[in-house]
Amino acid sequence: MSLQRTMSPQRLRSIVRGTLALLLAAAAYEAIARSGIFPKALLPALPKVAGTLLDMLADGSMLRHAFYTLARMLAGFALAVVIGLPLGILMGRVRAVEGFFLPLVSALMPIPSLAWVPVFILWFGLGDTVAVLVVCYAALFPMVLNAWSGVRSVNQLWLRAAGAMGADETALFWKVMLPGAAPFIIAGLRQAFQRSWIAVVGAEMITSSDWGLGWVIYDAKEFLNADVMLASLAVIGAIGFLFERLVFGSLERATVLRWGMVWATKG
Amino acid sequence: MQETVSDARPGPEPAQGRSGAQARWQAAARTALPFLVVGVLWEITAHLGQFPPRLFPPLEDVAAALVRLTVAGILPRHAAETLLRLLVGFGLAAIVGVGLGIVMGRSRLAEDVLLPLVSIGAPIPGAAYAPLFLLWFGLGNISAVLLVGFVATFPIIFNTWTGVKAVKEIWVRSAQAMGADQSRLFRLVILPGALPYILAGLRLGLAQAWRILVVVELLAAVPWGLGWLIFGAREFLNTDVMLAAIVVIGAIGLVLENLVFRRLEQSTVVRWGMMVA
Repeated sequence: MSLQRTMSPQRLRSIVRGTLALLLAAAAYEAIARSGIFPKALLPALPKVAGTLLDMLADGSMLRHAFYTLARMLAGFALAVVIGLPLGILMGRVRAVEGFFLPLVSALMPIPSLAWVPVFILWFGLGDTVAVLVVCYAALFPMVLNAWSGVRSVNQLWLRAAGAMGADETALFWKVMLPGAAPFIIAGLRQAFQRSWIAVVGAEMITSSDWGLGWVIYDAKEFLNADVMLASLAVIGAIGFLFERLVFGSLERATVLRWGMVWATKG
Repeated sequence: MQETVSDARPGPEPAQGRSGAQARWQAAARTALPFLVVGVLWEITAHLGQFPPRLFPPLEDVAAALVRLTVAGILPRHAAETLLRLLVGFGLAAIVGVGLGIVMGRSRLAEDVLLPLVSIGAPIPGAAYAPLFLLWFGLGNISAVLLVGFVATFPIIFNTWTGVKAVKEIWVRSAQAMGADQSRLFRLVILPGALPYILAGLRLGLAQAWRILVVVELLAAVPWGLGWLIFGAREFLNTDVMLAAIVVIGAIGLVLENLVFRRLEQSTVVRWGMMVA
């Protein structure tokens, strides 16, 4: 910690340099956009992108697109957690379940979730079902594998100690096993979220829904609206960043960091 | 694991007593069992006639499609084009990503300048960039390769950067004390020291590239490629072709991950004792 305090002036310099770099990149982009080498429709100036973003936010269409995308993503993600977490825990606890599901998981995992989109479209028709199922497929495997390794990596001493102090199966599970596997499970949630975020954008482009951030970007291509595309990209990046920092960061702080687990598991 | 201990004792002893061959056969059977169960369930569902066979073909149709397309040379050509695109894009990403990562790890100025740019670009899903790339570079191979490379670059940069920063200070100091110049320091200490991280980054990058390539092939409308094969087959309701292509995609992914990278790891970082296999 003392190291960080002494690095403070250096840190300040990093922040200044980083800001300068961003400004410089923006200025370079602006200069290229205004120079007219490339058509304006393909490379819109930054104020125009910002204006489009504000317009879309003001008339509520951007919020609606974001809402639909988030709803699809969260439905698929929740489904993946509901299936993947118990399955992973069971695989870690019961030999027979592990023997049965591990080969299946290893065989299905390397297939990209988006490759299933056309098959799912044939089976379930165009629409939300496909997007939700593809998201679920994308998020399922990181969830299962992380829960599985998490349960297996719980310190044997803790289990024995709790057993010796008279904990029954349920107490052992809720008080020792689940908190012990929490660092892995949270890492799994994080990975699953990233994968489902990618999957939902891709799926929306292909399943041609009426609303959704992926759809806006794809649709804007038809009309050469590069400003709409860049504005939607900014929103997609911002949502991903917020989830990563706020949701998972605070989840981690409230659980494993507070319990001292992240260090305890390593030590 | 309590149950592992109790399980292990009665199980393998007789098998171990005879020969390793029988134990291996048992292991293979145990791996095959879940696939058999799923296959039989699939067959029953397909033959019940609940769903139209065009949409839910029995496995023998999928296998027939796989054999037919392979013999006709269509499937290998699709796979070859996809792999070529993957390798070119990934090669670009590896060169740019490892280069930038090393520069960022060694120079404070480069780190301060590049890190914010990289951190902003990284969290946006690759597919979201696809229409933008198509608009800028047109339909076809250039867009596909550039997009795949672009997506794969981020994990490679991050891991290389972390790896270079994680090289033990004491190794660098002792190499310098023994009179290593800049280029030898880099080649003999920093590069091998950062290699476990770099390999992990390459692995992540390849996995991301592989995941995005299928959808890129559809959107970029390239004439050949496994992704295109799947989406093209949808138009004609050829579910058996789609499933056959998915099987090939899964197999290639498995081979890339297990054979290529595990081999590479075995022959470098594991052999040097920097990582446990």
